[in-house]
Amino acid sequence: MAEILRFEHVDITYNGFKAIKDVSFTVDEGEILGIVGESGSGKSTLIKAAMGLLGPTGLVTRGDIWYKGKNLPDLSPRELRRLNGPELGMIFQYAGSSFCPIRTVGAQLYESMTEHENISRGEFTARATDLLGKIGFDDARRILDSYPFELSGGMQQRVGIAAAMLLHPSVLMADEPTSALDVSVQKQVVEEMLLVRRTFGTSIVLVTHNIGVIGAMADKVLVMRYGEMVEYGETKQVLEHPKEDYTKLLMSAVPRLRRA
Amino acid sequence: MEPVLKVDNLTKIFTRKGQPDFTAVDHIGFELYPGECVGLIGESGSGKTTVVNMITRLVDATEGSVILDGEDIIKMSGKELRRAYRKMQMVFQTPTDSFDPRRTLGDGIGESLRNSGMSRADTKKEVARLLTECGLTPDFAGRYPHQVSGGQCQRAAIARALAVKPRLLICDEATSSLDVTIQKEIVALLNELRSQHGSELSILFICHDIALVQQFCSRVLVLYKGRIVEQGRPDDVIRDPKDEYTRRLIDSIL
Amino acid sequence: MSEPTVRIQKIKRDTVKTRLILFGALALLLLVCSVFSEHLTPYDPYLQDLTNTKAAPSAEHLFGTDRYGRDMLSRVIVGSKTSIYSTLLLVAIVTALGTMIGVFCGWHGKWIDTVLMRISDMFLAFPGLVFAMAVAGVLGGGLQNAIIALVAISWPKYARIARSQTLAQKETPYLKAARLSGSGTWKIIFKHILPNIIGPILVTSMLDIGTMMMELAGLSFLGLGAKPPTAEWGSMMSDTRSLLSTVPWVTLAPGFAIFVSVMIFNLLGDTIRDYADPKSRGR
Repeated sequence: MAEILRFEHVDITYNGFKAIKDVSFTVDEGEILGIVGESGSGKSTLIKAAMGLLGPTGLVTRGDIWYKGKNLPDLSPRELRRLNGPELGMIFQYAGSSFCPIRTVGAQLYESMTEHENISRGEFTARATDLLGKIGFDDARRILDSYPFELSGGMQQRVGIAAAMLLHPSVLMADEPTSALDVSVQKQVVEEMLLVRRTFGTSIVLVTHNIGVIGAMADKVLVMRYGEMVEYGETKQVLEHPKEDYTKLLMSAVPRLRRA
Repeated sequence: MEPVLKVDNLTKIFTRKGQPDFTAVDHIGFELYPGECVGLIGESGSGKTTVVNMITRLVDATEGSVILDGEDIIKMSGKELRRAYRKMQMVFQTPTDSFDPRRTLGDGIGESLRNSGMSRADTKKEVARLLTECGLTPDFAGRYPHQVSGGQCQRAAIARALAVKPRLLICDEATSSLDVTIQKEIVALLNELRSQHGSELSILFICHDIALVQQFCSRVLVLYKGRIVEQGRPDDVIRDPKDEYTRRLIDSIL
Repeated sequence: MSEPTVRIQKIKRDTVKTRLILFGALALLLLVCSVFSEHLTPYDPYLQDLTNTKAAPSAEHLFGTDRYGRDMLSRVIVGSKTSIYSTLLLVAIVTALGTMIGVFCGWHGKWIDTVLMRISDMFLAFPGLVFAMAVAGVLGGGLQNAIIALVAISWPKYARIARSQTLAQKETPYLKAARLSGSGTWKIIFKHILPNIIGPILVTSMLDIGTMMMELAGLSFLGLGAKPPTAEWGSMMSDTRSLLSTVPWVTLAPGFAIFVSVMIFNLLGDTIRDYADPKSRGR
C-alpha cells in the first residue's frame, strides 16, 4: 500500500526542552497506527507537530514530516490551515468542549465546512445526513438540529468524528478519543472509527494510553517513553510478544479481565 | 462478626427550588466486614461519588443510615464527627490536588496527628514511619505536592490516610488518574498494607475499571443509576452477570 | 535518504521578573520618600515668603511657589506622606474587611451568606464616589472620615472575590482531606483557605492602590478629605484651582505627583498579577 505520512528523525523542542527525540515512522493509506505511552511520553506532541499545533513555544527542530510530498514543518501557517480539515482531520479528547454550547451542531458543522468549500446550506444538509447515515447514525437530522449539551458524551465524540469526516480527510488524527468516556461508550467510538476506515479508507493515527483500544483497532503500534521510540511494529507482535523491557512492563501492568 | 461499615437505605435526592429534582442514590444498602476489600463500580453519573460523599459526610444524606463501627455517622455533628474521622479515611483520585499546594507533604500527613494532640517531635517521627511504610523515604515530608510525581504523591496520600490508623479506608478512584505502571505499584502497596493490617483495615475501593476490581477485591457492588444492581464475588459476576447492565458493561470491555 | 532538516529555535526569555524588580523598586522609592519626607524637603513646606509669591519654576524652586510663597516641591514631597500613607491604610482596611466577610460567607453559606451578599449588592448598586461623598458629608470632612467613606463603598468587591475563591477552595480534594484530618473551621480557614486565596486578593489590592489614591484625592479636592494647611495632593489641587490659568504649576505639581504614583502602583499591580499567574510565565 502507498505510504501517506512519514516522520523522519523528528526532534521536537519546547522552548529549549527536547520533548521528542529522533522519532521515525510511516503511515500507509488505510492504515491505523496506534501511538501508546504514559504521561510525558510525548505521544500527543507527535500529532500536534503534524497538525502545526505546537504553539508559539514548540518547534520541530530536526527532521521532516512528509505528507503527500509536502514537508509539514516547513509549510507556512496559512498552507497548514488549508491542509487541516480536508487533508488531515483531527479528533479531540473532549469533542463536547470543541463545540460552541449555544449553537446547534448542524450550524457549527456548516460553518466549519464553508471555511474550506463553497457550499449551500441545502447541499450541506444533504451531504451531512448522507455521511452520518454511512457511519451508523440513524437519526441524522435530529443530531444536526441538537445543541451539543443535548447529546451524551459518547454521542458528542461520535459527532466529532463525523465532523472531521465531512471534509473527507486522508488521515485522521485522534488524540485520546476514548479516554474521557465510560467503557460501554468507549466501544461504540472504537467501532465508529473502524467503520470510518472501512467506508472511506481513511488512515488513522490514534494516540492513547489505553492498550485495550490499541489492541482492538491498530494495525501497527508505536510505543513511546520520555520522548523516544521504544518499540514499533505490528500490533499483534508488539502486544503479545514485546521485545523491549518497557513494553513488557507496560503490558503486564494493564489489568485484564479474566472471563473464565 | 460485626460489620465495620453498614450502609442502610441510603438515599440522596437533589432538590431544585425546593422540589425533588434528581435521585442520585436510591435506597442502597451494603455491609463491609473487617479486613474485607469491596469494590464499588459504576460509570459516570452512577452515583459513586455521592455515595462516598454521604459516607464521609461531605454531603448530607436525604435518608438512611451509615453505621461505622456501631455508630451512625449521619446523626453526628461537629466534634463527634471529627472523632469518627479517626476511624475512616480517604484516598482521592487526583493525588496532587489532595494536598494543600502551599504546605509540605509532611504537614498534610501530620495534620490529623497534630489535631489529636501529638507533639511536634512525635508527629515528625510518626510521619517518617508512615512514609517509609508507604514506600517513600522520610525526606519526602519536606517536599511540596508539585515537586513529586503522581505516584509518589498518591503514596503520601495513603500515608496520610493511615496516620490515624483507620478501620475503613475509602479509595475513590485512587488509581484512575495514574499511568498503568504506577497504578500497578499503588495496587501492590494497597495489597501489602492489607496483608500487614489484616482485619484491622477494610477497604472500600471505588473504581470504574472492573478488571482492576477483579484483581484486587473480594467482593464487588455494581452501581447503576443510583442503585446497586448486582453484587457478589468478582469472578462470579464477570463470568455470569445476572443483570442486564452488568452484562452490557462486561461485553464492552476491549 | 537525505539528511534530516535542522531548524533553529529562538528561546523566549521571561521578562516578568525584571518588570517586578523595576516597579517594585520604584514603589519602594516612593514609600521611602514619603517616610523621610520631612528630611528631603529643600525648604520648610509651611514657611510663607510673601516677597516671593507665585514664582515660576526655577533652579531654586523647581516647581515654583504658591500664593503664599511656599515652595511647591517641598509641599508636594510632604504631601506624599498623607497621600500615600492614607491610601495604603485605606487599601489595607478594605482588603482585610472584605476578605474576612467574603471568606465567612463562602464557608458558612446558608442565610448569613444570602444576607451579607444582598447588603454588598446594595453597596455596589450606588455610584461609588457619590455615595462616598454622602457618607463623608454626613460624618463631616476630614481625612479619617474620607477613609471610612471609601471603605464603605469598596469592601463589597473584596468580599465577592474572597467568597468565590472560598467556594472554589471548598470543593478541592485537599480541603476535604483537611476536614477528614479532623481540623476545625478556624484551622481550615486560617491554615488552608486564606493562604491559598490571598494571592488574587492581594493582586486586586495592588491594582486598587492607584484608584484609591485618586478617589481619596478626589474627596480631598471636593473639600471632604484632608483640610488645609495639611499638605495633601488632592486638597492642594483644590486650593489652587483658581490659579490654574495664571500660575498653572501650583496646581499641576501635585497633579503630576498623583499621576506618577498612581502609574507606579498600577504597573506594579499589573506585574504582580502576571507574576502570580503561572500561565503568563510560560514554560
